[in-house]
Amino acid sequence: MASSDDVAIVGIGMHPFGRTEGVSGMDQGVAAVRAACTDAGVAWSDMQFAVGGSMAAGAPDTMVSKLGLTGLQFINVMNGCATGGSALFSAYNTIKSGMYDLGIAIGFDKHERGAFRVDTKGANGVDWYGGTGLALTTQFFGMKINRYMETYGISHSTLGKVSEKAFRNGSLNENAWRRKPLSEAEVLESTMLSYPLTQYMFCSPAEGGVALILSRADKAHLYTDKPIFLKAAAIRSRRFGSFEVLAPSLSLEHSAGPTIDASKAAFEMAGVGPSDIDVAQLQDTESGAEIMHMAENGFCEHGEQERMIQHGETEITGRLPVNTDGGCLANGEPIGASGLRQVYENVLQLQGRAGARQVPNNPKLAYTHVYGAPGISGVTILST
Amino acid sequence: MSTEIPITTGIFTWPSDSPRLLGSRCVSCDNHMFPTQSGCNRCPSVETETVELGNRGTLWTWTVQAFPPKAPPYQGEVDPKKFKAYGVGYIELPGQVKVEARLTEADPAKLKIGMEMEMVMIPLRTDNDGNTVMTYAFAPVGA
Repeated sequence: MASSDDVAIVGIGMHPFGRTEGVSGMDQGVAAVRAACTDAGVAWSDMQFAVGGSMAAGAPDTMVSKLGLTGLQFINVMNGCATGGSALFSAYNTIKSGMYDLGIAIGFDKHERGAFRVDTKGANGVDWYGGTGLALTTQFFGMKINRYMETYGISHSTLGKVSEKAFRNGSLNENAWRRKPLSEAEVLESTMLSYPLTQYMFCSPAEGGVALILSRADKAHLYTDKPIFLKAAAIRSRRFGSFEVLAPSLSLEHSAGPTIDASKAAFEMAGVGPSDIDVAQLQDTESGAEIMHMAENGFCEHGEQERMIQHGETEITGRLPVNTDGGCLANGEPIGASGLRQVYENVLQLQGRAGARQVPNNPKLAYTHVYGAPGISGVTILST
Repeated sequence: MSTEIPITTGIFTWPSDSPRLLGSRCVSCDNHMFPTQSGCNRCPSVETETVELGNRGTLWTWTVQAFPPKAPPYQGEVDPKKFKAYGVGYIELPGQVKVEARLTEADPAKLKIGMEMEMVMIPLRTDNDGNTVMTYAFAPVGA
């Protein structure tokens, strides 16, 4: 029985990810909001509050001029790669606090092509870090997985298999960007971008929008027969000693990264453990990230991924399906929307609405994880 | 003739026969940071002093930048026809800190975690006045 302080997701909407010429990032957000309202059987005017996030496509609250000027509380959030997760976190807490009963978390974005451009100007205005060619997030991912592969015995083949799975799952997802299956060999033989990572092992900045309507759990039946309960939402920044993106130096001491901290906090909040999870969406900025994040989120020991992935355990039909919608690799990464896409996919999976990519045997507990600059992680746990 | 100038001030000692990176040391807990910063990111102390970091260490991890970075911010060659791949890595300076740097070696077959590295100065680009803009890098010892 849901208690009144539980929070449910009662409607979801998405604008397809990828590249949509002639449609602004914000209009993709507007499309997602309208789809979510239709899904929940509500009108925009029923929204008591909204939280919106976007990195590069404008201030989200200006979208009220298209959705309707209803005077609702609308807060913009901006939290690096956890922007979408932060919008959801804020909406969750707004209902949990008892302030409102029904609201919406919105994320959208539209980025230029190619690796993210990063501004790292120093105090004197000179950007020596970017100027000398060190401010690329792609380098961090190459360096982290390179050391990880040597330390824990992960093979190049396994990197290739992660991408192969992503594009196969993406081919089953009508909202995905890259829907053409690629073989492990095609992935491995594509252009080397940042050793050991090739072109098809990296996701690309992209476009898209997602909206999620949240309600007090005890009122969820007003909107849906299959409410999905948000059992945990946690966000953590980095601690001293962790290895993060865009760091001119790292300490000699090592400590757990923000993913490990956010994951532990979320599992404690939900009162469940990694072995209880039926389907997981894990940050796969590149194929190595998915591998490392499997262990950092507690789903296996470091190094076990080699056997798990080679044996297909993270496939849709496997023991722990990972990135069933194709992940960032097949969908691209519109920063504001990316974390919400993961939750959208899990809602579909838990409601049995995922079609050709439906995880079998009625999954009941689902997990999402985002990671990004400058060393931030967000985790959610959803249940039926 | 071309004059060599540093990309910026305050990150290394150069011109010098033995250039060093400039970092901060926490006077309270001995934590080393690069580049310099006020305040320690390990302990609550706000007192740091600028120190010259060691110029030799071991390669902790590495990658190879195989496509031209976006300009701005990148100041080096961005023409895909002229761009040359460069190594990037973290060099562990014993007892101090791991610093991120360009590597003079870009061949994956010649880079190995744990190998000995030393600091060198390399040209990055030629500016509008014909000066050669210099920055730091690390090179395999004995290469």
